Amino acid sequence: MTTDPGLDETRAGTAIRIDEVSKTFGRGDTALVALDRVSLSVAPGEFVCLIGASGCGKSTLLSLVAGLDAPTSGELSTGDRRVALMFQESALFPWLTAAKNVEMPMRASGVPRGERQQRVAELLDLVQLSAFAGKRPHELSGGMRQRVALARALAQDTDVLLMDEPFGALDAMTRDLLHEVLEGIWRRRQLTILFVTHEVREAVRLGDRVVLLSSRPGRVIGEFGVDFERPRGMDSAETVGLAIRIKDRLREEIVRHGR
Amino acid sequence: MAVETPREPAAALAGLDQLELAPPQQARRHVLARIWVTAWPKLLALVLALAIWQLVYLSGFKSGILPGPAATLPDLWHQLHTAQLWQALGTTLRRAVIGFALALVIGTVVGALVSRIRPLRAAVGSLITALQTLPSIVWVPFAIILFGATTQAILFVIVMTAAPAIANGLIAGADYLPPLLLRAGRTMGLRRVSLYRHVIMPATLPAFVGGLKQGWAFGWHGLIAGEVVVIILGQPSLGVLLSNDQDQADMAGAISIILMILAIGIAVDLLFNVVNGRIRRRWGVADTSSGA
Repeated sequence: MTTDPGLDETRAGTAIRIDEVSKTFGRGDTALVALDRVSLSVAPGEFVCLIGASGCGKSTLLSLVAGLDAPTSGELSTGDRRVALMFQESALFPWLTAAKNVEMPMRASGVPRGERQQRVAELLDLVQLSAFAGKRPHELSGGMRQRVALARALAQDTDVLLMDEPFGALDAMTRDLLHEVLEGIWRRRQLTILFVTHEVREAVRLGDRVVLLSSRPGRVIGEFGVDFERPRGMDSAETVGLAIRIKDRLREEIVRHGR
Repeated sequence: MAVETPREPAAALAGLDQLELAPPQQARRHVLARIWVTAWPKLLALVLALAIWQLVYLSGFKSGILPGPAATLPDLWHQLHTAQLWQALGTTLRRAVIGFALALVIGTVVGALVSRIRPLRAAVGSLITALQTLPSIVWVPFAIILFGATTQAILFVIVMTAAPAIANGLIAGADYLPPLLLRAGRTMGLRRVSLYRHVIMPATLPAFVGGLKQGWAFGWHGLIAGEVVVIILGQPSLGVLLSNDQDQADMAGAISIILMILAIGIAVDLLFNVVNGRIRRRWGVADTSSGA
C-alpha cells in the first residue's frame, strides 16, 4: 500500500519503458511544455494507472507510447510488443457493424478472411456482445460501445493496451461491471495495461500501481503500490483509504499551482 | 454495494444491456405504405397547384394567352404520343448523364486534391464557392464562343455548374471528418491508401452525396438553360422544344415542357433522397435532416 521501489523487480523485464521523455508543443513564447522528463517503466503483465489533474499531459503520454506522435526529447520503447489504444469515446466507425469494427484492425494487418471471422466471434464473445454483432454503434449503449472498442483494441493481437479514460463517460453501475470485464481479460490474456484516469478510486480499484503526474508541465511526482487482493471493490474500505491518501497528495500538487 | 458482486459479470452485463438498449424501433412498414407516406404530400401539392392555376385561368388574367389546365393537359398527353418528344427527352437525358458524369469525375478529383493539400485549400477553396454562386446562364455565352453551338458547349455548362457543388461537398466532408476517427484508424495500422479507403472515404460519404444532389440540381439548371439557347439542327431537346414553343407563342406546349422538366427534376431528387436516407440511417443520423 506504500510506495515500493522494489516492485519493478518482482516481474521480469520491461514492457513499456519511458525514459526522460519531454514533449513541447509549439515554439517560442507560445510553447507549451506538456511533459517534462517523464520516466516510467511498466513490467509485462502489469496494470499501471496514471492519474493527475487536468492538463498533466496524460493523453499526450499515451499518444507517444502508441507511436502516434514523437517526443521532443527522451526515449520510449515497447520492444516489439503490439500496442493498442482506447479512448474515452469509443471512436468506432459509425458506418460499420460491431463485428466489422472489430474486424477492421485485422483487415489492416492482412489477416486472412476465414481467420478474421473466427477471431471476431471469439472477441465479441469475450466482451459478451455476440448477440449484438450485427448492430451499428448508434444502436448500442455507451458501455456496449466501449466493449466493442475493447474487442477492437484486442483484435490487434495486443500485448500492451493503452487506455485513455475509457470508462470516464459511463454511469457507475456500467463502469463497475466493465472493471470486472477488463480485469478478467487482463488476467486471461496477460496484457500490460497503462490506464489513464482522473478518478482516483478507479485507479486504486484496477491498478497494481498508481502513478501520479503533476500538471504543466507533466512530471511524475509520486507512486503508490496497490497490494491488496483482487477483485477489489470501488467502495471497499481499503480502496477508499488509499484513494484518500492519493487525493491528499494530488491536492498538495494543485495547491502548489495556486500560489 | 446492494447486490453481491458476481465473479463473472456476465449475468449482470446481459441484464444491463437489455435495460440500456434503445426501445425497439417500429417495425418497418410495407413498401406501399412507405411510398404513400412520401407521395401524398406531393400529390396534394399537385392538386393545389392545379387548383390555383385553374383559379388564375377563371379570373381572366391574360385571357386568350394563358390556357387553363383543361386545355394544357390534353396537349401534354398528345405530346407524350409524339416521337419528337421522346427523341428530345432522350437527347436531354443523355446530355444530363454525360455532363453529370464528367462533373462527377472533375468535381471529385478537384475536391479530393483541394481537401488534402493545404495551400490549395486556402487558394482554391473560396474560388469554388464563388463559382457556385454564379447563375448557370452566365456560362452559356462563354460556352458558345468557346465551342460554337455544339453539344460540347452544353456539356461545358453542366460541368461548370455541377462540378463546384460536387467538389464543395467533398471538401465539406473532409473538413468535418472527426479527428478521433482518424486517430483510431492510425492506431490500428491504417496508413495512406488504406486509411483513405477504410476511414476517410466512408466518413465523407454523407457530405459527398449531399454535394452530388446539389450538383445535380445546378447541372440540370445549366443543361436546360444551355439547350434553350444552343439549338443544334436535327437534334431536338427539351430546351429546343421550349424555345420553339416560345417562337410560336404556344403557351400550352411551353407549359407541357415545363411540366416534363419539373417531373424529371423531382424524380431525380427523390432518387437522391432515397440514397441519402439510407446512408443517414446506417450512420444513425437519420433524425438530423441536412436540408441540402
